[in-house]
Amino acid sequence: MSKLLEARALCAFYGATQVLFGFDLSIEEGGITTLLGANGAGKTTTLRALCGMVRTTGDIRFDGKAIRGRATEDIVRLGIAHVPQGRGTFSRQTVEENLEIGAMTRSGRAAIDADIERVYGYFPRLMERRRQQAGTLSGGEQQMLAVGRAMMLRPRLMLLDEPSFGLAPLIVEELFGILRTLNQTEKVSMLVVEQNAALALDLAEEAYLIETGELVTSGPARQLRDDENIRRAYLGY
Amino acid sequence: MELFLHQVLAGLATGGIYACMALAVVMIYQAIDHLNFAQGEMAMFSTFIAWQLIQWGLPYWLAFGATIAISFVAGVAIERVVLKPLHNAPVLSHVVAFIALLAILNSAAGFIWDYTIKSFPTPFGNGPLFEQGLMSKHDGGMIAVTLLMLAFLYLFFRHTRIGLAMRAAAANPESARLAGIRVGWMTALGWGMAAAIGSVAGMLIAPVVFLEPNMMLSILLYGFAGAVVGGLTSPGGAVLGGFLVGIVENLAGTYIPVVGREMKLTIALFIIVAVLCVKPSGLFGRPIVTRV
Amino acid sequence: MMLRRTIETRGPPAAEVAGMATPAWRVIVFVLGIVVLATIPFVLKNFYIFQITLAVIYAIAILGLNLLTGFNGQFSLGHSAFYAIGAYTAAIMMDGFDISYIWTLPAAAMVCFVFGFLFGLPALRLENIYLALATFALAIAIPQVLKSSLVEHWTGGVQGISIIKPDAPFGLPLNSDQWLYVYTILVAVVMYVGAHNLVKSRTGRALIAIRDHPIAASAMGINVSLYKSLTFGVSALYTGVAGALGALAISFVAPDSFTFQLAVALFVGLVVGGVASISGTLFGGLFVLFVPNIAEHFSKGLAGAVYGVILLLVIYLMPTGAAGLVRLIVSRLVQQGRASGR
Repeated sequence: MSKLLEARALCAFYGATQVLFGFDLSIEEGGITTLLGANGAGKTTTLRALCGMVRTTGDIRFDGKAIRGRATEDIVRLGIAHVPQGRGTFSRQTVEENLEIGAMTRSGRAAIDADIERVYGYFPRLMERRRQQAGTLSGGEQQMLAVGRAMMLRPRLMLLDEPSFGLAPLIVEELFGILRTLNQTEKVSMLVVEQNAALALDLAEEAYLIETGELVTSGPARQLRDDENIRRAYLGY
Repeated sequence: MELFLHQVLAGLATGGIYACMALAVVMIYQAIDHLNFAQGEMAMFSTFIAWQLIQWGLPYWLAFGATIAISFVAGVAIERVVLKPLHNAPVLSHVVAFIALLAILNSAAGFIWDYTIKSFPTPFGNGPLFEQGLMSKHDGGMIAVTLLMLAFLYLFFRHTRIGLAMRAAAANPESARLAGIRVGWMTALGWGMAAAIGSVAGMLIAPVVFLEPNMMLSILLYGFAGAVVGGLTSPGGAVLGGFLVGIVENLAGTYIPVVGREMKLTIALFIIVAVLCVKPSGLFGRPIVTRV
Repeated sequence: MMLRRTIETRGPPAAEVAGMATPAWRVIVFVLGIVVLATIPFVLKNFYIFQITLAVIYAIAILGLNLLTGFNGQFSLGHSAFYAIGAYTAAIMMDGFDISYIWTLPAAAMVCFVFGFLFGLPALRLENIYLALATFALAIAIPQVLKSSLVEHWTGGVQGISIIKPDAPFGLPLNSDQWLYVYTILVAVVMYVGAHNLVKSRTGRALIAIRDHPIAASAMGINVSLYKSLTFGVSALYTGVAGALGALAISFVAPDSFTFQLAVALFVGLVVGGVASISGTLFGGLFVLFVPNIAEHFSKGLAGAVYGVILLLVIYLMPTGAAGLVRLIVSRLVQQGRASGR
């Protein structure tokens, strides 16, 4: 397998404050990678750095092209869909309009309509609420909408920021099932940031563990899961 | 009853002016999520450009079209040059920038074209529209053009993808960027469209109130009022709100003895505030649902 | 939603600033300020003393607006109305009832507090742009109401009211401009200390909590409606006192001095001084008074345009106002100090 995204010596800053202290990260084409760490470890910042939403140094390559320093919208147009923490719902627009917005960079009416139907296929609940203001959806439904909106971009890589956050266990299970299906049938590569380490290590093949902006360890997810020391010290279960 | 009907009709005529401006106000609100206090001056400046073009011998409709085009480009340019550097500044700083724009445009217009009142031609004719004579042909034409613009905007925002992209960019810029929308250009486009609509409003209003640098100050206020009464999220509501404000203002001037001519504006505004207290999102605005 | 963005300041986090704002440093600045203020009336010409008096008066009015907008997150484009009410209260008391000017300030304070509080009640239902429009309406209405035949008997209609400039008491060797300057400074000190204490108090924290998150604030047991209307009252009180002082300083009130332009000027002063900054309002007062004159100096015909350009430059160079700029500079200096100290 080839590397879809590679970051080298990645540093990120909020104003004068440095948050990431130069680590390497790579994502396999077609795989699911997870990024783990405690609160404040810099997981969200890593995703934001990859999308050009914070000031960064180092080198980021997507499909071999250097993307560091480019505008967020240009990076997105290369096929990177970012499902942000808090879900980024357009709350005044309807569910269907939200999906349309996700497809804004594409052309071809028929293909877009087909994709909307496909999203409804994965998330029937969204179909029921297609004309409803998205702000009125429940947390779980909004997360589904966020994933659906990301699908509409037809991305090659999906960045998911704590998709399980604030959701009931049953809904989390359903959502992660769908993510797995998306990865297998639609060949979407994923980078999943999670606090729920057990869940994420089950989903992913590769895992990175960071702490206060620095890499602690990385390797196959199975290996991290089975490492007693790491589990005790960093993953808390 | 006769008097009442007459006043309603006369109110409708002035309301047409407000409706026109209210539409421009809503347009920019959709694009940038707040009100632009320089909008009236932008419309005034556009109208002066039209006047100048006509002075130079261009036929009315050609000048009309050229002014719309110039205004659109100028609107985009103002956003890119003046407001883009303020992207990360707090919104209150934006409001100050609008005030600065207002001062600049007003003073520049006075400097270039001086402060004497100029008459501006109407393409619709000045005769009465009906026999009683309360509404002129120009009033009728103005209302028709406003409704046309409204229909255009409705179609644009509800049924085109770029309209949806503009709404998305205004509502949630960060999320819009993550959907690949070029937010900066959407905002600039919104400014361009608002400037273009404002220029139409200015050219329609100028034959009634005459052309001079300060012509728009109070009209913009009425435009805000109309837009807010109708609901800032609804172009249709804004137009209706504009008409309502015109009618209320006329009726108050006629029937409330203390009000008379000079306090019309005050009363109109207070009625508006009262309306808002009862229905804070405007008569036709969608209440915004926020999750906590 | 919008208001939360409105109040965002981009300065460094408070803790960072608090660390280096050592009391000694502040005391020196404070003492220096007092010395400068005290020498002004004896070295400058009367006209300049008068102008500085006015600038301080504007600063007090802007402080009132800042309490409302900066600290409580309520928007107002209508503070010219409270300024006018304060001014007219003073003028009517002195002209119509022969009451000493000393009493006009507490009276103006009371009247404006009541007006502000009452206006704040319906304003509770309005947010952001809607509140801006309602206050805007108030600003537009006030000159018309003052001119109207109903109240002409007291307000003097379009003509306004002339009053006599007070002389210095106790036979102090000051002319009336000098005395008014001293008087204004004394009042300003009281007002600023009051505002400072208010903001730092429990009540102040409640106001800020309401600004930042009204729902969370009410969940913590803060009576949001009461605090918001009270803030409106206090804000109007400050601006009203400034209005009364202004009436004394100019010794004349007329409806057309209190137009929407004044409301805009106060708003501009608020932003260029720094939103939610108490000392920034002083810069705001100076800006409001002097910049239009400077603009006129550049070009008579294009004075408005020059003013606009200056305004834009100020906003570009200090997007968080003078206070924000000072904070930034100080924190840079401290960082450098730390770096060289290592």
